[in-house]
Amino acid sequence: MLYIKCPYCGLRAQKEFSYGGDATVKRPNINEEVSTEDWDNFVYMRKSPRGKHVELWQHIAGCRQWIKVQRDTATHEIFQTAKVTEEIR
Amino acid sequence: MSQPFRLNKEGLINRNKKISFTFNGKKLFGYEGDTIASALIANGIHLVGRSFKYHRPRGFFGAGVEEPNAKLQVEFNGHSEPNVNATEMELVEGLSATSQNCWPSVNFDIGAINNFLKMFFPAGFYYKTFMWPKSFWYKIYEPFIRKAAGLGVASIEKDKERYEHKFEYCDLLVTGSGPSGLSSAYAAAKNGAKVILAEDKPRFGGTLLTDDVSIDNLSGKDWAEKIISELKSMPNVTVKNRSQVFGYYDHNMLVMFERVSDHLEKKSKFTPRQRLWYIRAKETILSTGSIERPIVFGNNDTPGIFLSAAAKEYMKVYGVLVGKKPLIFTNNDSAYETALEFKKNNVEPIILDTREEHSSELIDEAKSKGIDIRFSHGVIVANGYKKVKSAKIGKLNKDKNSFEKIETVECDCICVSGFWTPSVHLASQSGNKLKYEEKIDAFIPDKKKQHETSVGAANGSFTLEESLKNGFENGSNLSAKITDTKTEIAIPNVNEKKYGAHDKFWCMPLPKNENPKRFVDFQNDVSVSDIEIALREGYRSIEHVKRYTTLGMATDQGRTSNLNGLQLVSNIENKIVPEVGHTTFRPPFTPITIGTIVGREVGMEYLPTRKTPMHEWHEKNNAVFVDAGAWKRPRYYKEGNETLFEASKREAKNVRENVGICDVTTLGKIDIKGPDAAEFLNRVYTNAWMKLPIGKARYGLMLREDGIVMDDGTTTRISENHYHMTTTTAQAANVLSHLEYYLQIVWPELNVNVVSTTEQWAGAAIAGPKSRDMLSKLYPDLDVSNEALPFMGYKEAEFFGVPSRIFRISFSGELAYEINVKSDHGMFMWEKMMEVGKEFGNQPYGTEALSTLRIEMGHVAGPELDGRTIPSDVSLNGLVSKKKDFIGKNSLGREAFNVESRQKIVGLIPIDRKSSIPEGSHIVQDQNAKLPNPKLGHVSSSCWSVENNNPFSLAIMKDGKNMIGKKFFAVSPLKNKSIEVEVISSHYVDPEGKRVRS
Ligand SMILES: [Zn+2]
Repeated sequence: MLYIKCPYCGLRAQKEFSYGGDATVKRPNINEEVSTEDWDNFVYMRKSPRGKHVELWQHIAGCRQWIKVQRDTATHEIFQTAKVTEEIR
Repeated sequence: MSQPFRLNKEGLINRNKKISFTFNGKKLFGYEGDTIASALIANGIHLVGRSFKYHRPRGFFGAGVEEPNAKLQVEFNGHSEPNVNATEMELVEGLSATSQNCWPSVNFDIGAINNFLKMFFPAGFYYKTFMWPKSFWYKIYEPFIRKAAGLGVASIEKDKERYEHKFEYCDLLVTGSGPSGLSSAYAAAKNGAKVILAEDKPRFGGTLLTDDVSIDNLSGKDWAEKIISELKSMPNVTVKNRSQVFGYYDHNMLVMFERVSDHLEKKSKFTPRQRLWYIRAKETILSTGSIERPIVFGNNDTPGIFLSAAAKEYMKVYGVLVGKKPLIFTNNDSAYETALEFKKNNVEPIILDTREEHSSELIDEAKSKGIDIRFSHGVIVANGYKKVKSAKIGKLNKDKNSFEKIETVECDCICVSGFWTPSVHLASQSGNKLKYEEKIDAFIPDKKKQHETSVGAANGSFTLEESLKNGFENGSNLSAKITDTKTEIAIPNVNEKKYGAHDKFWCMPLPKNENPKRFVDFQNDVSVSDIEIALREGYRSIEHVKRYTTLGMATDQGRTSNLNGLQLVSNIENKIVPEVGHTTFRPPFTPITIGTIVGREVGMEYLPTRKTPMHEWHEKNNAVFVDAGAWKRPRYYKEGNETLFEASKREAKNVRENVGICDVTTLGKIDIKGPDAAEFLNRVYTNAWMKLPIGKARYGLMLREDGIVMDDGTTTRISENHYHMTTTTAQAANVLSHLEYYLQIVWPELNVNVVSTTEQWAGAAIAGPKSRDMLSKLYPDLDVSNEALPFMGYKEAEFFGVPSRIFRISFSGELAYEINVKSDHGMFMWEKMMEVGKEFGNQPYGTEALSTLRIEMGHVAGPELDGRTIPSDVSLNGLVSKKKDFIGKNSLGREAFNVESRQKIVGLIPIDRKSSIPEGSHIVQDQNAKLPNPKLGHVSSSCWSVENNNPFSLAIMKDGKNMIGKKFFAVSPLKNKSIEVEVISSHYVDPEGKRVRS
């Protein structure tokens, strides 16, 4: 079970969190034209990298904040966590 | 009754307490502190089971977790447990053990015929034979294999025991209390670290209990006792015996299995049987020791053949002789200690040493005591079927591939030692890539992957001095980093015997024309020839050889067989062992009970139960409940002998004719506040929200970004910047997360806050043509006319002195209202409604009637919004704004969503107006068509229309409304039904929606 450092609450067990996918995906702006290709990329296309991956988790049984977690998808090593408003290197 | 193999004095058992037990019906006794194995051996019993494939007689081989054979069905403390390791299970009064995998008895087992037909059971036998003919698989092969493959029998009784889970955090977890574990724990404890020391066995000390050593002039056992009692007195240390750390998971989380009370005769009601510990450790010391490996020889599975260290443990810990005429067969010095122990107890052993004549401290001692030592010798084949009677031994030639001399010697046990294998399972589970250490012919941990540090024998250091030094240093250094304290500890003086080098010898050759079975893996009956076949048939990777032969795949995880198997493959393939590689270790290290994994999460404790404030009333009034997530909702209120069908029909009809009330507390409720709340709702919902006036509700539809409907519900504007959103019961948690995602990540610039208020409000719906009359009685001072409180209107008013919210919304399609009060007032509200409603014919209605009402109105719910439908599929395209952007809008233009023949919602009625259509039925053109019969759609919701008094269903069907008027068949192979149906509009009752506005 992973041990995830919530930037608000500190180290907590994985079972307090729910997974939210790739954190680098940016939603096209609301009320702006978007090409079909860009939209499809946003909705469907995800990389499945082996290695470092910045992803979203929500501290669902804690502060309910969405956070960023930089994790190695192969080893589960977590390098860094951050608030969603913060950048990960 | 005497125990013929019990020594008079030796051992750590309590001879003052006799314990009686039975084995295969025979009454026996042992002492407190015995295992089932030691007590049986003391009674001269060695035949305890039959092997897995050939049903060969099997006895004990080890004295602990390494045991491959002695798995028993054990009944004790009122339960029956299969596959219990006889070498680990402690004796408890009244215990009754029976052999497994044998019929009719362990002495006469019909399955043993497999042993004589063994040419039919080589490696891969099942794969090859049972492939043909295909039709035989289900009826003949599979049942036969199942029967033959059984180990013990799981109980079908309910497990009455209590199992617990515990979460713990520590600075240092030490796994094993041998010399290296004790010294690590001690050093860390002295540095002030929070330490957990876990020992699998009942007694602490590991090899210190059996090795002839001294530390600071104390015997190993006394030193261990001294350290343990000091550790136990320290507040920062937890010391646990009967506790095995069996799994090393991510981020330094280890899981430990504690056998709390199986050894106790009496215990309190609340003492758990077993406990699972989840331990998050900052650092871990792996002091799991090593396991002796055997040398492979003919019929090496005959009862009476032991690992030599196990034989020594039986003498020193249990005061039991495994035999009185022992042969010691070894390639190293450690078995000499077993021989000396026999000698000390006046038993004359013969030592067969595969090494050429040489000298070492132990060999010299054995010689000086007059022990018969034969160098360059080994056991070729053991004789005896149910017990060793003699052995054919041979003098090896120089190359050790044939014999110079062969003779037969009498013996009643053979103690074998092929050197030591470090227990690296935890290190491997942690992700450590292990490396091959040629000096000891075994794998040891390589570079650290997590915070694991292997010490002592688990790291390949087999001397006491090294293990202690290793332990003290690592325990001290690792903990000092955490506590910032370093206490100097003098490393004690050690007195131990020096071992000479071992012989890299692991399998006895066979003389010409002799072909006895030579087992590598006892538990799965894998022999040398099986591995040879696998390689001959082209299996190269060790993982493939393992799966084809099942080598190391039994419950003992190949503890005594893996390395010998690897050696065999490496010899045949002419590769060195590290090139062959090793298979992966996986948790759990030893079998653990399902009960422990489940813990207290059984029955009512499996999930929290959510009850509405009116739950007690429902209970008292014969409600039959249904689970809605964790909620309990009344499905119907039973009157007399009513069935579900009759009750729900009565309740629904009463809503259509009079008035009914329904507990709607479980609906998700979300409070939305902030100056940008309207803008946020406008983006979340498909319809327009910027102009909703204060005091008005609106029905809203929300999509996922892929255009699929996510949820629906009403949202009410309570005040300028305050909205009250409702969601379906099922989607409440998801919708909240969804809203939080957009507010926190996508549009953080919006000044809006959301919070769940589901449990803060109790809700009751009042529905039916007489609901307004009833409402006016409930709020005598309030104008509830259609003008003052129109459809989708909202008011706040006192409900008999209690603040309340009134929403004029409807799920049933009737004139209806929903009243919310604070949860604490829920019961008050409900009882008042029942009282006031009497004169209007009010009756409570449950979810079944609620479904009926919404289905015949054509209102979609969960079964239609099933994660596959877009708004136009369920006739909700009127709610999709063309003017503004919203979540998922861009996806609605996708080609597949706009195909004319796309499946859309319709209504169905049976032609006979009688037959109910099962939900999930497929709609087909021709009920007799050849399979696969082309599917045109499926039935999503079915009810008995109370308005029209005949069955009615909603369906999602190809071409949707274009099919209206046509006839099809709804077929349900599950219910074995085929019903002719006609397609009609999905709005079966009040299609114009006049009633809700009346
Ligand atoms: Zn948090």
